[in-house]
Amino acid sequence: MPSDAPKPPLIQLSGIVKAYPGCLANDRIDLSVAAGEIHALLGENGAGKSTLVKIMAGVVAPDAGEIRWQGEPVAIDGPAAARRLGIGMVFQHFTLFESLTVTENVALGAGVEGRDRKALAARIAALAARYGLSVDPSRHVHHLAVGERQRVEVLRCLLEEPRLIVLDEPTSVLTPRESDALFATLRLLAAEGRGILFISHKLDEVRALCQRATVLRAGKRVGECDPRMESAASLARMMVGADVTPARRGTPRAAGAEMLRLKALDLPPADPHGVALRGVSLGVHAGEIVGIAGVAGNGQSELLAAITGERLAPNDSVRIAEMPVGRHPPAHRRKLGLAVIPEERLGRGAVAELSLAENAVLTAAGEGLVKNGLVRSRAAAAYARKVIERFGVVARGSAAGADSLSGGNMQKFILGREMLQNPKLLVAAHPTWGVDIGAAAAIHRALIALRDQGAAILIVSEDLDELLAISDRVGAICRGRLSPVVAEEEAGRERIGQWMSGLFGAEAEAHAA
Amino acid sequence: MRLRLEARAQTARWLVFATPLLAAALTLASGIVLFAALGYDPGRALTSFFIKPIADVYGLTELAVKATPLLLCALGLAVGFRGGIWNIGAEGQLTIGAIAAGGLALAFHDAEPGWLLPAMVMAGAAGGAAWAAIPAFLRVRFNANEILTSLMLTYVALQLLGYLVHGPWRNPHGFNFPQSREFGEGAAIPLLMEGARLHVGTILAALAVPAAWVLLDKSYLGFQIRVTGLAPGAAAYAGYPVSRIVWAGFIAGGAMAGLAGMMEAAGPIGKLQPLISPGYGFAAIIVAFLGRLNAIGILFASLLVALLYLGGETAQIDLKIPPAVTGVFQGLLLFFLLGSDFLVRYRLKFVRRAPV
Repeated sequence: MPSDAPKPPLIQLSGIVKAYPGCLANDRIDLSVAAGEIHALLGENGAGKSTLVKIMAGVVAPDAGEIRWQGEPVAIDGPAAARRLGIGMVFQHFTLFESLTVTENVALGAGVEGRDRKALAARIAALAARYGLSVDPSRHVHHLAVGERQRVEVLRCLLEEPRLIVLDEPTSVLTPRESDALFATLRLLAAEGRGILFISHKLDEVRALCQRATVLRAGKRVGECDPRMESAASLARMMVGADVTPARRGTPRAAGAEMLRLKALDLPPADPHGVALRGVSLGVHAGEIVGIAGVAGNGQSELLAAITGERLAPNDSVRIAEMPVGRHPPAHRRKLGLAVIPEERLGRGAVAELSLAENAVLTAAGEGLVKNGLVRSRAAAAYARKVIERFGVVARGSAAGADSLSGGNMQKFILGREMLQNPKLLVAAHPTWGVDIGAAAAIHRALIALRDQGAAILIVSEDLDELLAISDRVGAICRGRLSPVVAEEEAGRERIGQWMSGLFGAEAEAHAA
Repeated sequence: MRLRLEARAQTARWLVFATPLLAAALTLASGIVLFAALGYDPGRALTSFFIKPIADVYGLTELAVKATPLLLCALGLAVGFRGGIWNIGAEGQLTIGAIAAGGLALAFHDAEPGWLLPAMVMAGAAGGAAWAAIPAFLRVRFNANEILTSLMLTYVALQLLGYLVHGPWRNPHGFNFPQSREFGEGAAIPLLMEGARLHVGTILAALAVPAAWVLLDKSYLGFQIRVTGLAPGAAAYAGYPVSRIVWAGFIAGGAMAGLAGMMEAAGPIGKLQPLISPGYGFAAIIVAFLGRLNAIGILFASLLVALLYLGGETAQIDLKIPPAVTGVFQGLLLFFLLGSDFLVRYRLKFVRRAPV
């Protein structure tokens, strides 16, 4: 092997261009990943990360540009071509069948090899042992926790013996402890000479794990750096292109009346693979923000549905403003001062096909937007304009379609629509999920301002850092049970991280006694 | 080279108005080719399709007579379709409306009280609504697919009508023809013109257009229906009563179809017979979508489809063009209309493999 010539990188993309109608997703992007390297791809939502990944996976064809694999120009004209080259993907959203076992799931993607289930199970077990990815191949996926499911995804990818592994936001669903375990596996894989492309917007993780980072902003590559030499603030500046001032929580006023009370709330799962709520008790007072951490699929959506009224519960197990409302529909609870920011923006918090004015009517009908059974379109447009102005929503006006807004701006609109109704109790799910850093800071400031006006706020989020930054009291939910809820100062990352994985049984009992 | 569909980032406003004209031009062009290739004079064929049926006052009244049931059914269906409720059974609901109203007319055949006609209107709407209530109940209670249940109930309704006119309601003095007695004077919808079949029902249908427009586009209920159809998750989040909206969609569609059936039976037909409608309930689905589920659009769409019915008949009589050919031509027009409507929102793009 000629050692004097520098070895070409595993994969080298140069001048990649991909345009979608109305947006240039990738504008002459260069990126290279060397063997044995853990390379971060950083960027805000909409910066072009996903498009670039899809090009590498062969799902999307670039409009222009060159891809070299170990120095040779190649065309990746389909997912099969990507696999043949040795590119393995671990996607952000799970692609597993709930009712099949681990082995069956892996067999689906394994082609001919998958026919011998026993041999396959043995290979899975061997790989799992080698990389510290403990998984029982014979278990059904719906029994697996989220962290385990991710390990199955990684194993399925490893079975193809990939040279380059691309992970798209792999830690967004993991507890801190599970993330650390994943990082250990990734370091092991890199040490074997595989290249790893790690896509994330969690800057601390990138600084801890990666040796190099390529930063994208608005479809362009803005630079490359060694994240270990950068601070979280300097990385954020590269991503956003401006300084970001994080929201300041300040000190809450003395907590006021109890606006939300859950009393030993039990709720059966809505579907066979859902989670049951078991004995959830929680109080949220006027003038405080309570944060509930938890990995997705541990009962958060059930908890929110029981509070908002989308699911009904025993009447006295849910109280809003001291009124028992468990059996009452959402409209009744809104009249008592409830406002909700749901997890999904389009399709739940807003209707993509409707204008912003019409989306204002969705929940603010009671603000004089409906009279005598008719929608007052002028009042609706005025309300939408007020939201746009007060909350700095970037939109073409009240007639703009909801689907023409970016995720962050849509979230600001929904937040504004709910906040202008002067809620006494605001419930928000993942309020900054997928929102860029600048918009996230603005949303946090708005939530804190609402708290200072005396509203009670409950936030459910997977993002522990976010919760610790803005909550006055914090708890965690795991498998439908709620941990103790303690003051933020007493909580600490480590403790909440443990609670997120369900380690609070003894503490919870001591608390109750 | 591959062909790919892409959603347009923005829909140009002029395209929305230009597409119906483009579709009309394409239909005329392909019609000329079609008729010429089959050896008919294209000029005469097109004239008998589009001009001759409405060249005189009688033709215009016939157009209104045909458009009336289409308009009524399509307006009612649009309420459900906006809410994502796929009531395919308007034909059956129309039939039951005719049976309910006709039953009343036959029961009071000799007495003919003054309230008979208003009662028949109510009975027609109630009958259609009751028939539509079955799939609504099955959907709300058991989550049964309403496309299947409403469609299958159509055939049940047709069989029921067939049984009645062959059996208990058959005219004893009708030489064994499967039809009821002629309705009496008091059970006939008043006509509007001497020598034409135009009746009061057409005025009712025309009045239904602004009413449907207010309901669909201006009312809060219409807004809730629209949200439910576009994003059921958002409707649940906002707390809209989804099952009530399913009921509203079905009842509106059924009542309007039942009304149309009553008017057919008590108007142009004047009795019950095995076939009340030549497929108005099914054609109304096309009318509703052709009109983009908009009340004003549906008005124009119902006139167009009624003209196609009349034009097809005229062309068959005048030029001896076989029904299959007129059917193809009618299909062409609808194809071009819906196709150009689609291309307003999407564009075709030839993509090359990336030069990698």
